[in-house]
Amino acid sequence: MELNSYQQKAFEYQRPNIEKFGKRNWFWTIFFLLWVIAGGYALYLQISKGHGVTGMRDNVVWGLFIVNFIFFIGLSYAGAIISGILHLLRVPWGKPIIRLAQMMTIISVVVGPIFILLCVGRFDRLHYLFIHPRIQSPMTWDVMAVVTFFVGAVLFLYMALIKDLAVYRDAKLKVPKWRQKLYTALALGYRGAASQKRHLIISQNLLAIIMIPLSIIVASILSWIFGMTLRPGWHSTIFGPYFVIGALYSGCGVLIVAMWVYRKMYKLENYFTDRHFTYLGYIMLVLAAGYGYFTFSEYFTSWFGSAKWDNELITKLFSPGEYGWWTLFANLAGILIPILIVSIPATRKPNWITGVAFLMIIAMWVKRYLIIVPTLETTLLPMQDTRTEYVKYAATWPEWVLTGAGIASFLLFFTLISKFVTVVPVSGLEEAEPHFAHHSHQHHPHQHAPVKKEEVKPA
Amino acid sequence: MKQEEISDKGRRDFLKTAAIATVAATACGSLACSCSSKKATVSEKVKLLSPDGEIVEIDSAYLNHQEHMAIISKLEARQGIAGKKFVMVVDLARCKNARKCITACQKWHYRPEETEWLSVKLLKDSEKAAPYWFPKQCFHCDNPPCVKVCPVDATFKRQDGLVLIDNERCIGCKFCMAACPYSTRVFNWNEPEISFDIKDLAYNPETGIPAKVGTVEKCDFCPDRAREGLLPPCVEACPNGVFYFGDENEDTVTNGEETMSFSQLIKDRAAYRYMEELGTKPRVYYLPPKDRQFPVERGYENLDSTIKKRFEDIMEPDIKKS
Repeated sequence: MELNSYQQKAFEYQRPNIEKFGKRNWFWTIFFLLWVIAGGYALYLQISKGHGVTGMRDNVVWGLFIVNFIFFIGLSYAGAIISGILHLLRVPWGKPIIRLAQMMTIISVVVGPIFILLCVGRFDRLHYLFIHPRIQSPMTWDVMAVVTFFVGAVLFLYMALIKDLAVYRDAKLKVPKWRQKLYTALALGYRGAASQKRHLIISQNLLAIIMIPLSIIVASILSWIFGMTLRPGWHSTIFGPYFVIGALYSGCGVLIVAMWVYRKMYKLENYFTDRHFTYLGYIMLVLAAGYGYFTFSEYFTSWFGSAKWDNELITKLFSPGEYGWWTLFANLAGILIPILIVSIPATRKPNWITGVAFLMIIAMWVKRYLIIVPTLETTLLPMQDTRTEYVKYAATWPEWVLTGAGIASFLLFFTLISKFVTVVPVSGLEEAEPHFAHHSHQHHPHQHAPVKKEEVKPA
Repeated sequence: MKQEEISDKGRRDFLKTAAIATVAATACGSLACSCSSKKATVSEKVKLLSPDGEIVEIDSAYLNHQEHMAIISKLEARQGIAGKKFVMVVDLARCKNARKCITACQKWHYRPEETEWLSVKLLKDSEKAAPYWFPKQCFHCDNPPCVKVCPVDATFKRQDGLVLIDNERCIGCKFCMAACPYSTRVFNWNEPEISFDIKDLAYNPETGIPAKVGTVEKCDFCPDRAREGLLPPCVEACPNGVFYFGDENEDTVTNGEETMSFSQLIKDRAAYRYMEELGTKPRVYYLPPKDRQFPVERGYENLDSTIKKRFEDIMEPDIKKS
């Protein structure tokens, strides 16, 4: 693989990151692993003793696990949409961050589904989903969607990796034999020949074109698990798009935070520039406004219409004695503060944007909790149950530990992948800064992007 | 890992015995029934198929009629009883929350005390309205939201109108529980305690026993009893004849004491289905609590304190007012 001087520089700069596994890396890897082990123990308890060890009961049948599922799988859809768009539009500034988005896609599509499996009472019968599928169930749609998405995401990441893998293969990295062999095998003999280039770009374009609508479809199907039921707060026609934009929004936040962490960790200031934070901040702002709009329409229509159960749910969500403070937090930290911070030029700085993105991620997690749990606590018939755990959901420690294990494995994957491939894709850096504007055309003689030129307008 | 292997082996062994039990059960079941009609001829010998596949001859005096013995295959349990269309009518004017239906149901289905397939709610439709007792079992909807969402066909609608669950198919995703607007379904959160006399019984969706951890269950209208021409235990146990059970095709319902024309009854008493607006088309009809036989307090005063607590919110202000 031939690299130009700019790419070569970028590669040499990142070379130590994939060659060495430093003390700090070990520390975090072990730390995350310990969490995963603790999660394994909690899982063992849940399997051996039954779901009684969780806080879920007959009324609130789903809890933290499904909240985590929505959260993580949402990140995955967001990563696919963002990287797909960045790829298709040939956004020059997007080149360095495209891999980050794809990493997020893969990692969360691995971590996310584990949480839906945790909601299942009989692990020994999981294969029934495939041998006795029932096509009219939204759960079956979701199984099909997630599996399809998983395959697509793996291919999409892989196609984007091939050029770099060829670079690693040819660079004679000081890494163990098996890794060199792995790079060689995975690079599929890519040498940068014209026909190889052409095939690769066609495959990538096709995958990007497939992945964007696929992400929208799968995010909607996820929302329909709730939207198709007759429960207040769930049975809503806007749930599909609401989940799509919610996924994109929180995914954008995670991307910003990941960029910040890697920039600090690997000193990537030249590649993850302040401008990246500003641009992603703008995207975050637009999505925040969109999400706020959906949230407002959702609450406003139920409140104004004030049908019996809608009203009961809204009262629950807004009364300080119940979920009021959480609702306030989710909407302040999740919508208003991000808009404010990005709008004001003085705070439109990497640290501020990252801080607010981090806060927003938490708020969006809380928001998912507010979508799931209060609705399940609002039964159409009065519960008239004296067992408090049946009336009100309270997550138990195994649920929290498993949640922690999910987050830990998410971060663990991020750590390990960044030790296997460079965080900034080196072979894709051709059109990168500082003079991207007139270069973008010249370097893509075989441009197959279906988008029109005038749409290529980065911020 | 080891633990898992062991439990897996245990399960396989269990399945093996269960399979044998089914064969034996099918053989015994039909014979037992045919024998019971000839009780007089005590010394008659009958031929039976042993678990080892041998034909043995034993004295019919040793044969017992076994309750909860599934006499049908699982496939038949999914199809339902031909020509029937089960329906229930609940007379709210007669209910005083005697809770005999609940005890009878729990006993028949070997349910622990706290998981009720059938519950009696105290409803108060609006602020000024009078509260009334409202027995609620599964409505066996004709447009069942629970069946629609099941990803593995574990819960199904039969031709006789019943909605049943196959707890050997159920994966425990609880989607049906989230989808049921009436919160009818219950989940086995922990390993259920199985009473000794049913632990070896072959499972069948019609009998619903033994229960299994990690699976969903609910009121089944007792089709195994219907096959034998018996009423569900809740209907039989009610001292006030609240429940009428019957067949819509025959246009007949009975509470054990009196038998009525179903269509006439729901016409005369202005029957309604609960939350008709949800479009679920329940198979349970309610007769409005007009001309009540008991004051509502009668079902409240002598309750156990823990159960009494369930209805405090509605009853206490109501009692104070009067």
